[in-house]
Amino acid sequence: MIYFDNSATTKPYKEVLQTYVTVSEQFFGNPSSLHKLGGQSEQLLEQARQQIANLIGIHSSEIIFTSGGTEGNNLAIKGTAMQHRNRGRHMITTEIEHPSIYEAYKQLEQLGFEVTYLTPDENGFISAQQVKNAMRDDTILVSLIHVNNETGTIQPIKEIGEFLAKFPKTYFHVDHVQGIGKVPLNLKDSHIDLCSFSGHKFHSVKGTGFLYVKKGVTLSSILTGGSQEQEIRSGTENLAGIVAMAKALRMTLEKQSQMKSHLLELREQIMNNLHQIDKAIINSPSYNFAPHIMNVSFVGLKPEVIVHALADKGVFISTKSACSSKSSDVSRVLQVMGKSDQVAGSAIRISLSYENTMDEVEKFNNIINEVIAKLYKVTR
Amino acid sequence: MIVDYILIRYGEMTTKGKNRNRFTSILRENVRTRLKDFTNIKIEATRDRMYIKLNGEDHEQVAIRLKQVFGIHTFSFASKVETELEAMKKGALAAIEKLEVPVKTFKVNVQRSYKNFPLKTPELNRELGGYILQNTEHLTVDVHNPDVSVRVEVREDATYITCGEEHGAGGLPVGVSGKVMMLLSGGIDSPVATYLMLKRGVTVEAVHFESPPFTSERAKQKVMDLTSKLTKYCRRVTLHVIPFTEVQKTIHKEIPASYTMTVMRRMMLRISEQVAKERKALALATGESLGQVASQTLDSMHTINEVTNYPVLRPLLAMDKIEIMDIARKIDTYDISIRPYEDCCTIFSPANPTTKPKRDKAERFESKYDFTALLEEAVQNRETIIFENESIRSKSNDKDKEEQVIDFKDLL
Repeated sequence: MIYFDNSATTKPYKEVLQTYVTVSEQFFGNPSSLHKLGGQSEQLLEQARQQIANLIGIHSSEIIFTSGGTEGNNLAIKGTAMQHRNRGRHMITTEIEHPSIYEAYKQLEQLGFEVTYLTPDENGFISAQQVKNAMRDDTILVSLIHVNNETGTIQPIKEIGEFLAKFPKTYFHVDHVQGIGKVPLNLKDSHIDLCSFSGHKFHSVKGTGFLYVKKGVTLSSILTGGSQEQEIRSGTENLAGIVAMAKALRMTLEKQSQMKSHLLELREQIMNNLHQIDKAIINSPSYNFAPHIMNVSFVGLKPEVIVHALADKGVFISTKSACSSKSSDVSRVLQVMGKSDQVAGSAIRISLSYENTMDEVEKFNNIINEVIAKLYKVTR
Repeated sequence: MIVDYILIRYGEMTTKGKNRNRFTSILRENVRTRLKDFTNIKIEATRDRMYIKLNGEDHEQVAIRLKQVFGIHTFSFASKVETELEAMKKGALAAIEKLEVPVKTFKVNVQRSYKNFPLKTPELNRELGGYILQNTEHLTVDVHNPDVSVRVEVREDATYITCGEEHGAGGLPVGVSGKVMMLLSGGIDSPVATYLMLKRGVTVEAVHFESPPFTSERAKQKVMDLTSKLTKYCRRVTLHVIPFTEVQKTIHKEIPASYTMTVMRRMMLRISEQVAKERKALALATGESLGQVASQTLDSMHTINEVTNYPVLRPLLAMDKIEIMDIARKIDTYDISIRPYEDCCTIFSPANPTTKPKRDKAERFESKYDFTALLEEAVQNRETIIFENESIRSKSNDKDKEEQVIDFKDLL
């Protein structure tokens, strides 16, 4: 099996699953329970929180555990909207966000908020200037994806953050779900107020994630109840998942520092091969790209067909993003980058992790060449 | 600018005459312990300065740790350049450009130890100042009252450039002033008091009173977490957890309600004094602030203090709650302190404790029951836990209690 769909989700590390099982067995106490078992669970929870904080360079009280990227994004956006609606009702985001941001804003629009959607240039980039132009006195939030989940485009977060630092009334929310462990991002230097993370994108289990909430930033809660997580996110903590995530994050960041150029090397081999295929149109940018995401269109071929044909040979990739590939329409992200419907409707995504090897890449190149050639023959 | 050295200036310990060498060597050891995990650094201490050679370690990370070591007045980042005019110019400019706080005025301060350098000090001052002026905007020279001074030390083998100063924690190196026994409750005040005692250079051991099952495991965990936090500022803290249930129950039974609080405090002081005597501490210390609660009125202190002739140090005595809370936030103990677990002071507290207890009355009530054996037992059965730079060693008289400290490292 060659698994090149790591931006959809990753395979949990063995050690991470081990932790998950051990914690579920031995520390099943509710961290809020007063007795000894509860006390142990709470201790473990706080140590996991501290470890994540240390790894990312933030304070442990700035972490709100969530169920993943979608919840983190919804909490950041709706939580800000509810809490600060009297300060202003204007928000800024882009056309190239993950659906969990895009749709959250669509929902807020129905509730009377005004949202400006920035359009990227033909390579998929948003500029600080665009954000500047869109800023108003009543802007309460700017949301931006760090690494685009479909194309791998890296947005100039630091530059935009430095600009937004001059507007204390406007929060800066970044979706770092695809970037963590692959593309470095310093939350403090980039003046980020809210930042979402998802565990299963870095080899943790599903249903884990956290939202960075900078000290001093206030949010309304969207899940009320037992007042866990500083009353921002109620619900009994998913302790086993949280500890597993803390471990997965440590392991992923260790791999990142040990295998700095690994992903780039793999990427280069794949890209060299794709460039040689006739009719292949590369949608990922040639600069400021993430090393692990590649997006390519084969005009005239249906992307589902390519995915299925590759799957038959044990190779797993995606059509655009897994979260939106159920809807059959063309990629919104590619469309707003100015690609024709033909290109935007025939894109596939190849995404890597540190677990992938050069050997797999070589096999993959042979298989995709074969599959594409065959499919073109059939369609002709 | 690449930082090669950190230059440390001592605080008020430079006024300490004959003891100075001892102070310096204790400070050096404290710095060494705090920077233990930066394996490449080299520390060199002289009579009036300490130099840390970084050998590639991240200076900002080292700086964070240095700010937690008492006895350091200020420190500066220094870069090493060749003793050659062009290199000095570039080095001086890089040093001033690197500053994070915006400055408007500067001066160049050359120390020319290498007397054979072709340019004299005033010429060198002018050359370097001129170079900085030409290559920056918004900066002007002010030789009398500059925002920042660029110090250039010219030696034969190399030239050292520093710019700006970072404030250290001040105070005296922990370990120079002897030992105190701290009464640690788990509230906001006592960790702050501990921090301030450490700042005056004492070694701290702490006593904590627990009354299971009236107080929970969590209350004790809270105190352990606080103690662990405080080891940032010293090498170790030894915590004595005193089983206080029997004493408290007896007080509750034998003493009139309005005096239970006063008598409880007296018992706590007696026990603490006993532990202090055993552990060779020369004073007790508390987080009391005058007038804050019933037990902290002057009348109360007068009556409670009667039972010991050890000095009772109260570093927070004259502080407002707000000031104390500010420090608690700064040293990162606030969030732990506000965890809502009851400690032994609140569980049996009477509805109306007297704010003006009298010595003779307290004595009369106590004389009706002989507490000696109970107090002795509490001291003997204490559990001792040693905290060292955020790691924990447990040394309990009671074997069953030992596995309470769980190590989660394998899981994470």
